[in-house]
Amino acid sequence: MVPASFYLILAAVLFVLGAIGVLIRRNVLVMLMSVELMLAAANLTLVTHSRFLGKVDGQVFALLVMAVAAAEVAVGLAAIVSLVRHKDTTDVDEIDRC
Amino acid sequence: MEMVVFYALAFLAVASGVGVIAQRSATRSALFLLANLCCLAGLLILLNAQFVALSQVIVYAGAIVVLFLFIVLLLGIERVEEGPGTRKAQGAAGVLLGVLLLVGIIWALLSSPGASAPALVRTDNVREFGELLLTDFAIPFELAAVVLLVAIIGVVALAKKRLEE
Repeated sequence: MVPASFYLILAAVLFVLGAIGVLIRRNVLVMLMSVELMLAAANLTLVTHSRFLGKVDGQVFALLVMAVAAAEVAVGLAAIVSLVRHKDTTDVDEIDRC
Repeated sequence: MEMVVFYALAFLAVASGVGVIAQRSATRSALFLLANLCCLAGLLILLNAQFVALSQVIVYAGAIVVLFLFIVLLLGIERVEEGPGTRKAQGAAGVLLGVLLLVGIIWALLSSPGASAPALVRTDNVREFGELLLTDFAIPFELAAVVLLVAIIGVVALAKKRLEE
């Protein structure tokens, strides 16, 4: 039996990897992917708590997080496509400059 | 046995997570994200959350990553490649802040009541999940549908504006 703390630490590591990705990457697409990584890690935390506290509520929330993630990606990518058509780059530093 | 599977999936998840943020090519980042989400789905099955694991594969791997790859190819690979010369100071500051955040999150999570609780054996997971979703959580469930509808309208509005120009 794997203890809950292992899952929680793994989720924290994945969340922080996503946060570092948002901080250090300059490609706006990869930044959005890092946000997805963070959302998935948060889902893992929700499901872990749901399992170890014996309530299914956490899993319902994980499903709702997934729906929001899908909506976020659709809108975010449409905005990125719009942005690239205007600025002709996905580099956030260059977008900031012009 | 469960421990071995956990360690293997955890290692793969972290390795592919590093791959997402370390790759210069956006295509490879997207493929590493796919691997990461599949490993997470495996971990969710270990946690006895079969329905969430399957929706994770369908929604994330089937829809989100495919959408990412579609956009990468639509914009053209040469336009989404990140040139060399990432600022060293920015990278170091990002990693430092990330480590601080990691310490904070682990401290917070491990002091939560769920961290030390013993696992409860559950078998009839999907039935309970469905009942809860359509009774106690019916309103959030309907709101999720509204969120998705608004997202569709928003995407169409964004795309339409571009066509008119």
